Amino acid sequence: MNRLQRRTVLRGLFNGASVAVALPYLDCFLNTNGTLLAAEGAPLPTRFGTWFWGLGVNPNRFFPTKPGKGYDLLPELSPIAKFQDKVSVFSGFDCLTDGKPVIPHGTGSTTFRSGTAPGAGGALPGATFDNIVADAIGTGTRFRTLDVSAIGDSRNSLSGQGAGQMNPVETNAMRFYQRLFGDGFVDPNGATFAPDPKVMAHKSVLSVVKEERKALERSLGAADRARLDQYFTAVRQTEEQLTLQLRKPEPLVACKVPPAPQEKEVQTVLEDVIQNHDMMARLLAMALACNQTKVFNVAFSNGASSLTRRGSSTTHHQLTHDEVIDPRVGYQPEATKFVEALMGGWATFLSILDGMPEGDGTLLDHMLVVAHSETEYAKNHTVTNLPIMFAGSANGRIRTGMHVSVKREPVSRVALTAMQAVGVQVESFGTLSMQTKKPISELLV
Amino acid sequence: MFKRQTMVSRVGWGMGLAVVAATLSVTGYAADAPAGGTPGMRRLTDDQYRNAIIDILGEDIEYAGRFDPVLRPTHGLQVQGVSQISVSPAGFEQYDKVGRTIAAQVVDDRHRPLLVGCAPRTATLPDDACATAFFRRTGEFLFRRPLKAADVQLYVTAAHQATGLTNDFYGGLADGLGMMLASPRFLFEIDVTEPDPARPGARRLDAYSKASRLSFFLWNTTPDRELLEAAARGTLHTPAGLKRQVDRLLASPRLENGVRTFFADMLGFDQIADLSKDGEIYPQFTPNAKRDMPEQTLRTIVDLLVTNNGDYRDLFTTRRTFLTRALGAVYRVPVSEKSDWVPYEFPADSPRAGLLTQPSFIATFSHPGRSSPTLRGKALRELVLCQPVPDPPNNVDFSQVENTAKGTVRVRLTAHRSNPACASCHRFMDPVGLALENFDGAGTYRSQENGVAIDATGDLDGSKFADPVSLGLAVRNHPQLPACLAKRVFEFAVRRPLDTAEAAWVKTLSTRFVEHNYRIRELLRIVATSDQLFRAPNPPVTAAKATATSVPSREVK
Repeated sequence: MNRLQRRTVLRGLFNGASVAVALPYLDCFLNTNGTLLAAEGAPLPTRFGTWFWGLGVNPNRFFPTKPGKGYDLLPELSPIAKFQDKVSVFSGFDCLTDGKPVIPHGTGSTTFRSGTAPGAGGALPGATFDNIVADAIGTGTRFRTLDVSAIGDSRNSLSGQGAGQMNPVETNAMRFYQRLFGDGFVDPNGATFAPDPKVMAHKSVLSVVKEERKALERSLGAADRARLDQYFTAVRQTEEQLTLQLRKPEPLVACKVPPAPQEKEVQTVLEDVIQNHDMMARLLAMALACNQTKVFNVAFSNGASSLTRRGSSTTHHQLTHDEVIDPRVGYQPEATKFVEALMGGWATFLSILDGMPEGDGTLLDHMLVVAHSETEYAKNHTVTNLPIMFAGSANGRIRTGMHVSVKREPVSRVALTAMQAVGVQVESFGTLSMQTKKPISELLV
Repeated sequence: MFKRQTMVSRVGWGMGLAVVAATLSVTGYAADAPAGGTPGMRRLTDDQYRNAIIDILGEDIEYAGRFDPVLRPTHGLQVQGVSQISVSPAGFEQYDKVGRTIAAQVVDDRHRPLLVGCAPRTATLPDDACATAFFRRTGEFLFRRPLKAADVQLYVTAAHQATGLTNDFYGGLADGLGMMLASPRFLFEIDVTEPDPARPGARRLDAYSKASRLSFFLWNTTPDRELLEAAARGTLHTPAGLKRQVDRLLASPRLENGVRTFFADMLGFDQIADLSKDGEIYPQFTPNAKRDMPEQTLRTIVDLLVTNNGDYRDLFTTRRTFLTRALGAVYRVPVSEKSDWVPYEFPADSPRAGLLTQPSFIATFSHPGRSSPTLRGKALRELVLCQPVPDPPNNVDFSQVENTAKGTVRVRLTAHRSNPACASCHRFMDPVGLALENFDGAGTYRSQENGVAIDATGDLDGSKFADPVSLGLAVRNHPQLPACLAKRVFEFAVRRPLDTAEAAWVKTLSTRFVEHNYRIRELLRIVATSDQLFRAPNPPVTAAKATATSVPSREVK
């Protein structure tokens, strides 16, 4: 009998039913390490998220002209007036590509997220900073990250581990609801709690794939071993999800299970996308309040945005290229309506997060949201002066309401600042010209 | 109950393979594989996953889920991306959930007699004998090779424990099966190599890896019982045994699955799902028309290449196709059949001939509200002729092509080509695209744009054409056409990016494809029986040797 088999048999004897019941508690003790929240009074966890919109802005109608606190709000930023004290705006941060050609609607977001300009084809060159954050703070909750796209494009993902792996996104509010509050959700405020033997059984069988790991790794080259590692990282999330289902959660006052949304498959019509975004944002806010995740990625539209208005199918993307600039106003009127609608969506997102009281403030106060587009000005595909905003104070770790205005600085500085603000131990981000060790110190508390 | 018999429900299965399993050598391979070489690790595509479930467990097993998307490598097939992706946390969550949904159906009252194959002494207690038989048999098919006893035992122990927690034998069995369905050994096709007796010191793919490669290549699904048995007997390693299996796979009606999957990938049909058109401009582009577009082309291809064993080049000139009523609206051809496909042949004076005039090409490579000679030209160059077009420069002034209300796109694009930065690529893409201007953004024929007659004349690398039909002829006779297909078929077979050393082989393949009169079955046969398909790397170099060879011959300061 070989070694593996003997070990298995031993494990089988050791994990008799009575021992297995105790196992979850042991695991949770190991995994959560005291960082897990949050009865009233305990410090609330810091959350992190991204919010993406496609096709940039009209720079002269968007970027404030005054730096620092109390910046001026130009027309395209006016929807966020109510939240200005909680929102910082960045200008002058560039995607530096080190001579690589700019891939329209690809290079900007990929370079900002990964700190490296993509090569031909645009594949993600490395882990995105939101994924680095998720690795650092996303454990101990059911979902390492939640990724949604309000526009009905299932490939609209900007986040991933690199090496061809992108996080899948949910585009349907009903399916998102089921994933969050359907099977596997344990209401933290539920009157009774008893660990479900079916969940215990599910968790116990997960160990099988881990047993298979060594034999598989032996047969693979380094690149494939790395891909197998990604797989086993993924298994860990499910294991943690099950662990959490087996322990009584701490009560969370702000957590109230929402009603299920209407089933609707949304495609590219702006009016539907807005509705879909608002529904998913509310579900996401509740998922955060119920401590189901600490990290999220929201995309309102996609890069070369296929948003259309009801009754017309000229896309936002087409308009940015084909529409003539109206000399009387100095911009493309129809394309600009989309920009305004997108900023309206961002304002709604903020109002949902800020409208949820939590502890001594609101949900928004306990998180950092990085909002950005993939281009400054879509007509020319510029990736310099990328429009980026921060919202929320990350539990007081970051100053808010600032206009940070620089000239020709790499966008990786913004990403590094965001990571450090939410507590990631990282000193440097980016490669080549994008490599930086300088966070924006005026923002960090 | 089942339209097609499932693999696990056959009588007497499993035994032959299990005997061989005892002697199976799963050998280690520690160093990096040379570029482009095997062994590799390829994730199953969503279609392959579904096909495997249908074949092994039956087509009435239902599940819904969305797995991690596969990214198309630059200028390649989407399926080559499976050698580069892994599984994200959300992706594993899906595999786990879907696997458990499937497993619950396998053990339910309806499927239990057929798929579990044995019964426990007591339904509330573990029964290791029954579980062992179940996991050994089912695992052989799911993992595409026999399981070693210790591997079976892992699942038996897991199911035993689960049953202990839930007091439910079938629940425990389902827990174990769910895990099998989420295992990397099911979700990834992982090559296993063994010493090659014919070449001392070198390695080759083992027979089960060969079986998987053949099956996913030609059928787009998991190896069937007969192929696994050929692997177990070792006959797949002999030229005669390999030929016998390849002949069988090529003669099967299931070859159609492989051919369809290949062409859908090569022609970029993955883009059709996200395609939307302006309903006011193109009322004929209904959801049903969009649904039927790729199917029309795939039916045309299967009819010509598989059913009639025709010349691949004729796909670009054929007047035979299939229509539905929804497509009839795009073609302005009345279709009497309400909900079915009807064969249709365009008359000799029709402007329609070949794949390039079908909506799956014409409408896919257009804008939502207008045609695009550039997108069509780019697609023809890249997808059909394997001639890559570089990305456009960053800062393009589109104002000259903006006014679409007047004249023809030919005049507007000329402005583009007068700019030297744009000209080099547009001169390459636009002329062939302009030949298809007689079809609007939805694929309907037109003779004018904005009241001006459309000029569809042009030149494809030296062949002149005057209209869409003669463009089809120029494409048919283009020397790159067979070369591109040969390259794509090999890429499809290995499902990874090719390395530079393989260029010569791709050229050979192309020559042999031409020698075989452009018959795709022959091309598939040549690839499926080639050493190149099963190429395995040399044995791993030791660390010392690796260092020695990596030192440059000239000292670098």
